[in-house]
Amino acid sequence: MNILELQNLQKYFATQKAVDDISFNIAQGSIFGLLGPNGAGKTTLLRMITGIFYPDSGQILFDGRKFDPVNDVAYIGYMPEERGLYKKMKIGEQALYLAQLKGLSKADAMAKIKQWFVKFEMQSWWNKKVEDLSKGMSQKLQFVTTVLHEPKLIILDEPFSGLDPVNANLIKDEIFALAKKGCTVIFSTHRMEQVEEICDHIVLVNKGKKILDGTVSDIKNQFKQNLFQIGAKTDPHHLMTYIFEVIKHQPEKLLVKLQHEATTNDVLKFFINQNVPITSFTEVLPSLNDIFIQLVEGTPEARQFEVIK
Amino acid sequence: MSKISLIFKREYITRVKNKTFLLSTFLLPIVMILFIFGSAYFAATNKADFKKIAVINDPGFFKQNLQSDSTKLLFDCNTAADSTNFVTKGFDALLNLNNDTAHKKFIILSTKQLGAITKDNIEERLADAYEKYQLQKKGIEKSVLDSISKLSKGSFSIDNRVMSEKGASKEVHAELNSMIGFFSGILIYITMFIFGAMVMRGVMEEKTNRIAEVMISSVKPFELMMGKILGIAAVGLTQLLLWMILIMALSTAASAFLPHEMIQQAGAANQNMPIATNNMDMEQFAKLGALGKALSSVNWILTIGCFIFYFLGGYLFYASLFAAIGSVINEDPQEAQSLMLPITMPIIFGFIILSSNLNTPDSPAMVWASLIPFTSPIVMMGRIPSGGVPWYQLVASMVLLIAGFIFTTWLAGKIYRTGILMYGKKASWKEMFKWVFRKS
Repeated sequence: MNILELQNLQKYFATQKAVDDISFNIAQGSIFGLLGPNGAGKTTLLRMITGIFYPDSGQILFDGRKFDPVNDVAYIGYMPEERGLYKKMKIGEQALYLAQLKGLSKADAMAKIKQWFVKFEMQSWWNKKVEDLSKGMSQKLQFVTTVLHEPKLIILDEPFSGLDPVNANLIKDEIFALAKKGCTVIFSTHRMEQVEEICDHIVLVNKGKKILDGTVSDIKNQFKQNLFQIGAKTDPHHLMTYIFEVIKHQPEKLLVKLQHEATTNDVLKFFINQNVPITSFTEVLPSLNDIFIQLVEGTPEARQFEVIK
Repeated sequence: MSKISLIFKREYITRVKNKTFLLSTFLLPIVMILFIFGSAYFAATNKADFKKIAVINDPGFFKQNLQSDSTKLLFDCNTAADSTNFVTKGFDALLNLNNDTAHKKFIILSTKQLGAITKDNIEERLADAYEKYQLQKKGIEKSVLDSISKLSKGSFSIDNRVMSEKGASKEVHAELNSMIGFFSGILIYITMFIFGAMVMRGVMEEKTNRIAEVMISSVKPFELMMGKILGIAAVGLTQLLLWMILIMALSTAASAFLPHEMIQQAGAANQNMPIATNNMDMEQFAKLGALGKALSSVNWILTIGCFIFYFLGGYLFYASLFAAIGSVINEDPQEAQSLMLPITMPIIFGFIILSSNLNTPDSPAMVWASLIPFTSPIVMMGRIPSGGVPWYQLVASMVLLIAGFIFTTWLAGKIYRTGILMYGKKASWKEMFKWVFRKS
């Protein structure tokens, strides 16, 4: 079951094709990573999903139906990259106000705020003003206001920026908990190690186009270069073979690249035949970071402005 | 709809609870009352503009004809004072008449500059004395002259009655009407700026605090803009209402606690502050009575009704434009200055038309400016108290204003929707124009 289906979305601005024919599906309950370099069109894409922009063409299906921004925004929680709160407003009132704007009744909103404030140990903050909070504290408050109305779809743009590791873990645990409860999370970031840790499914966009789509392990397998790490004491002079090529040689460790046609068993046989004791043997998959750089490198960092006819 | 009311409530409550609002609401009437009674008090107690003037080289006839009194000007023609010793003899100035009336230009010597009013007063009395002298030369005796001037002085007054189509005549008070009209016009002019700027700052705050996008993901930009504009309109109405109540209450309280004479003087000082007359007591009593009658002749229901309509209409017409400006600028207030100019110009222009045509409420400039929605809120208020606005002009002006604010709101909504999410660079006029005409 897909909570969100994007079909051939396009959004052109006067000077560039911000989103140029992008389609993908997001399964309910998954944690989805939307990746891309600066200016790739991520924010525009997210703004279309949240109903802020209307696509020039293509359509969005939300929960199996055609996306209706006016009513469906109540089921979406969006934490944009450019985020903030009313500085002069008290924290409790602010959370209440934002929850009511999402359609919650005052009593419901009140009960949920109390629950979250207890969970994040924020009870004493109620009468403080936002301007008195540190950046990390207001980030936590922002997260609470995003998920307060129990949205089906939570969209987080760079949620960990400005958070210390303790608070980042707190938020991360909440994201997992929400996904377990059936919420779908869209997660947009440049931080690849977080994506590897959190996301089930990723899409990489660049220059307004989708260039990668799949689960993290599928993508890693797709980009693997047949690298293996072997734990063994070896002599470089005895490693001349057509089976593999030595990439890196260390006294106790060896990084090798399998030559075409060769299998892992061929490698093991080679060492067994030489009577070299093997302590470990693991496949080395590329990190998402490497894949990201490999795919995006070479394209200009900031997109050139182009005229649209 | 309920989202607009939520936004409306927040905008209203945060502003009304704000210290600045409370301070300006309660301090302004107090300052105003203090100013009026304070200036009356000083006018009543201040004797500094009394001048004792020594007159020398009188050609002979000024002596008996120059009018002296003990409150403003005292002329002494029988003195031996000269330019070296008039100060020591207790005079403020020395008027040298040169034994000469042909040139009509004399020199008055003083240690301190004489005020313009005192100077006018002296010139007036000299001319008066000269006139009396000329009449005496033609054979009219001084006693006859005095009795005639006593009879004629202040014995006539004009009440202007305007005929309506049905033939009934009504007394009008031109000065009072233009005063009320001018005051209402100024009030609308000032509040349009104050509350327009408040809308603009509110939008800028949302943009610089980066809450705009969070809000826009829950409500439509138009709802956010309208909620804010209506909330601030309610703040404005609340403040006006509180001011009216406070001023009335304070002036009642003041008249109950202050001595009766001071109230009269306060009234008198405010009516003809610069040209206070000599024997003001009796005249002022009469005038105060007339003022009460005149006030009751004003069509208050129409005036107050129109004031509230034009206050709201004018505010709504400009507020959305101020909101659009707020949405396209970033942190820099300098940017606001240059973008605000095209909006503030017509407001100022309306005010100039009002103040320069106040005495001719039916002149073509006033009629046109009171129809065009850019200036009508200010200018129409200058015409309404005089009662001479044909109903079809009033209806046309109101319809145009309503149509105008629907148009500006539509226009501003388009700019606002795009501007509120733009960061980093200021939008140019050309870009804003594009946003307006882009399909949604």
